[in-house]
Amino acid sequence: MTEFYLRTPIPPEDLKKIKIGDIVYITGIVVTVRDEAHLKALELHKEGKKLPLNFTGVGLFHCGPVMMKDKHGNWQVVAAGPTTSARMEIFQDEFIRIFHPGIIIGKGGMGERTTRACQEETCIYGYFTGGAALLAADRIKRVPDVFWLEELGMPECLWVYEVDKFGPLTITIDAHGGNLTMQSKANIEANKKKILEEL
Amino acid sequence: MKDIAQIVEDTAIELLKIAATQLPSEVKETLLKAESETEGALGKSQLHAINENIRLAETQSKPMCQDTGVVAFFITIGDKFPMRSVIKTALVNATKKATEKIPLRPNAVDIFEGNTKTNVGFRGYIPWFYFDLVEGDSCEIIAMPKGGGSSNVGMMKMIPPGKGIKGIKEFVVEAVAAAGPLACPPYTVGVGIGGGEDICMNLAKQALLRPLYHYHDDEKIASLEKELLEVLNKLEIGVMGLGEGPSILDVHLEVAARHPASLPVGVVISCWALRHAGATVDKDGNIKWHPH
Repeated sequence: MTEFYLRTPIPPEDLKKIKIGDIVYITGIVVTVRDEAHLKALELHKEGKKLPLNFTGVGLFHCGPVMMKDKHGNWQVVAAGPTTSARMEIFQDEFIRIFHPGIIIGKGGMGERTTRACQEETCIYGYFTGGAALLAADRIKRVPDVFWLEELGMPECLWVYEVDKFGPLTITIDAHGGNLTMQSKANIEANKKKILEEL
Repeated sequence: MKDIAQIVEDTAIELLKIAATQLPSEVKETLLKAESETEGALGKSQLHAINENIRLAETQSKPMCQDTGVVAFFITIGDKFPMRSVIKTALVNATKKATEKIPLRPNAVDIFEGNTKTNVGFRGYIPWFYFDLVEGDSCEIIAMPKGGGSSNVGMMKMIPPGKGIKGIKEFVVEAVAAAGPLACPPYTVGVGIGGGEDICMNLAKQALLRPLYHYHDDEKIASLEKELLEVLNKLEIGVMGLGEGPSILDVHLEVAARHPASLPVGVVISCWALRHAGATVDKDGNIKWHPH
């Protein structure tokens, strides 16, 4: 297990050094993107329209945060832990191929399609401790932008976060085809079979 | 005289806040103990993050998870308590106010109109109420917010009654294995048996309210709870599904009579953040907070 401190936009050669089980901390830009925002971004791309921001090399955070405006009218993060990434499996690979984020951050892990896209396009997936919303909020230093808030609502819109040593992120998909969650799932499946035989 | 409706509303706001920001003490202690006992570095570091996060939530009085859940209330009304239907109005108002004040994430989404922004549904039903009637002159309110990630792994199955207890165990193992790393383990598992296809799910959810390691009064049910706890931990899901540390904190069962032709089994799973808080308001408006 090695620890890496990365800065966005993360160059592909840095991403290639990382293997499953390693721990990563991100400094720079991380954007919250959930179900609705993935759909909208892909739709806009299909229509040949431009997105309001560039995803290349930044962190893509599966997260629907609780946000609040302070007395100066600036957005503050109240709580911002990861959401279940598996829901994004249906379009994550397409998103990676089109927009080339550096690291996807979520919880629960992702499947084969995402793993293949990560290997082919040089991207990694990091696991933030599920539910640890305040630890995450603590590492978010500024909220420079928000897009699609009115249309998609607080949990689903794009929040742009400036983060400092955001992590620890356990890497469960690397850019070499490794997937720690799938290994763990295979183990759970094998244990299940044994338990059912013994019941 | 005190305005009872206002007291019920204020109490419910506070309960939603306690539930979102502080775990019941036995859950907290269990997670701390797990951190010190877990040997693998990945499992230990995940538990450390969870426990550090719980500490931050309590000291900053902020929600421990950004998914502050869909709100449900369990309400038990005494015959001589002075409110009836007005309780619903008070709890709906409390949900709206708590959403702004704590704040809670607006989680009520209308399928046609989008997010309602208040945690209250446009068409009734949310927050959801479970009512019960008892003797006495007070009203017990328990707030239970439940996150989407762990709700998504809930399961119900109508088992052929001939499969009996073994069939129940098999289905619970299948359901928890399918949840795997998806819903923020270590889990607490509620199982509802019998009743009907809707009733078993209600019972399973209700079973999660019983404090950890308080087993059922009926010895037969209690022994099944303990057996399932041991068996489910052999799945080795581990903290956050990484295979290290505890998979399941506890298993609770509630059992109802069933139709001769059916054996409904419901499984409701809670993430590590097993959130609920309760209080009792008497007819004069005095509040007694449940131990938390």
